[in-house]
Amino acid sequence: MDAKILNLPCDKEALAGLKAGEYVLLSGTIYTGRDAAHKRIVEAIDRGDVPPIPLEGQGIYYVGPCKKDGKVTSAGPTTSYRMDKYAPTLYRLGLRVTIGKGDRSEDVYAAIRESGGAYLAAIGGAGALYAGAIKSAEVIAYDDLGTEAVHRFTVENFPAVVAIDCEGNSIYRREK
Amino acid sequence: MKELKYENIVNAVSALVVACVRVTPSAKEAMERARECESCPAAKFALDTLLKNAELAKKSGLPVCQDTGMACVFVRLGQDVHITGGLLTDAIDEGIRRGYKERGCRASVLDPITRVNTGDNTPAVVHIELAQGDELELTLLPKGFGSENMSKLYMLTPSAGLEGVKDAVIDAVRAAGANPCPPIVVGVGIGGTAERAMLTAKEQLLREVGKPSDDETLAALERELLNKINALGIGAQGFGGDNTALAVHIGKHPTHIASLPVAVNIQCNAVRLERTVL
Repeated sequence: MDAKILNLPCDKEALAGLKAGEYVLLSGTIYTGRDAAHKRIVEAIDRGDVPPIPLEGQGIYYVGPCKKDGKVTSAGPTTSYRMDKYAPTLYRLGLRVTIGKGDRSEDVYAAIRESGGAYLAAIGGAGALYAGAIKSAEVIAYDDLGTEAVHRFTVENFPAVVAIDCEGNSIYRREK
Repeated sequence: MKELKYENIVNAVSALVVACVRVTPSAKEAMERARECESCPAAKFALDTLLKNAELAKKSGLPVCQDTGMACVFVRLGQDVHITGGLLTDAIDEGIRRGYKERGCRASVLDPITRVNTGDNTPAVVHIELAQGDELELTLLPKGFGSENMSKLYMLTPSAGLEGVKDAVIDAVRAAGANPCPPIVVGVGIGGTAERAMLTAKEQLLREVGKPSDDETLAALERELLNKINALGIGAQGFGGDNTALAVHIGKHPTHIASLPVAVNIQCNAVRLERTVL
């Protein structure tokens, strides 16, 4: 099947042509964050502090990787709804893409439509395969959180499906 | 009376952690069958990816899924076994600690209040059942929490009847949607008390995927619910299509005259299970 190519970070125009249900191969830089890191990032923003990662045009991958000797050995997506409390704030501050698995809340749909962002689904359970798409990984914040620390990943041909496109169309909310 | 040394149990449990790099064969076969009959292209892509991943994990020794789970250890302890050198549950934790570290599996366990990680994926959740004989059987089910978070307990009243049981299972699967990484295995426990029902549900996940219940009534209920669940159209990864579940496994336990408990415990597509007997 044909996959579209998406390089991250990206501008809104790069997402305008992507429709829910299409396949994409991601390359470039993405940041990781899950429950504990999101709590800290949004608390930092609420305090008026600078968040530890840039947001404008960026992508966050919801993942807590397995690592051995510093190398990522398994890194599939975690379930996204747990980050729904935090995601709207980040989309409105310029975050362009989130990557995870499973449907999102109405607030996240609204934030995606308003900000011209997108939500991509990676394949949950395919952690070994995703490790192969991650070419480098470094912890850049919250090292004390272990697997939940914020990492910067360089990825190549990371397979995903457009789950919610910039107009709010969704692979999870189909006509039956 | 057979004597088993603490260290032997530690080594045996540590070796079971190989579960994290292997999709259990019956699950892989069920996913292959699902792929053959899948009509939705996105779901087929998901199933293809999962099968490729299972192959890669097996060849490379990489964890199938980054969520290498909370270690659920099911023990059948023969009454004629005498364990020396330390406590059984300590030996299990030490085995989990070593096995997870050696294989680079994730430390996912933390204090629920402080949220501070224990750093070594312990403690395990251990269930001990006594048995006849002089053998110690240990089964490791590394349980991911995308699926565990979708567990549901329904304390139905007797008037709900069998139809109420079916509705409860369908309700739990529908509410879970794409979150537990379908195609899933649905473990169901009917009867008992609240905790007995949930443990019965989880014990059903230890079966070979798709192996029917020995009880003909339950086996028929498993077939009926599997068809109903696959008609929901959630599909692999929630992308739609024909394969939301690979199997429904149901167990039962006598219950109180006032109640009809139904517990649902869902297993994600990465079914990982290893067993050993000492």
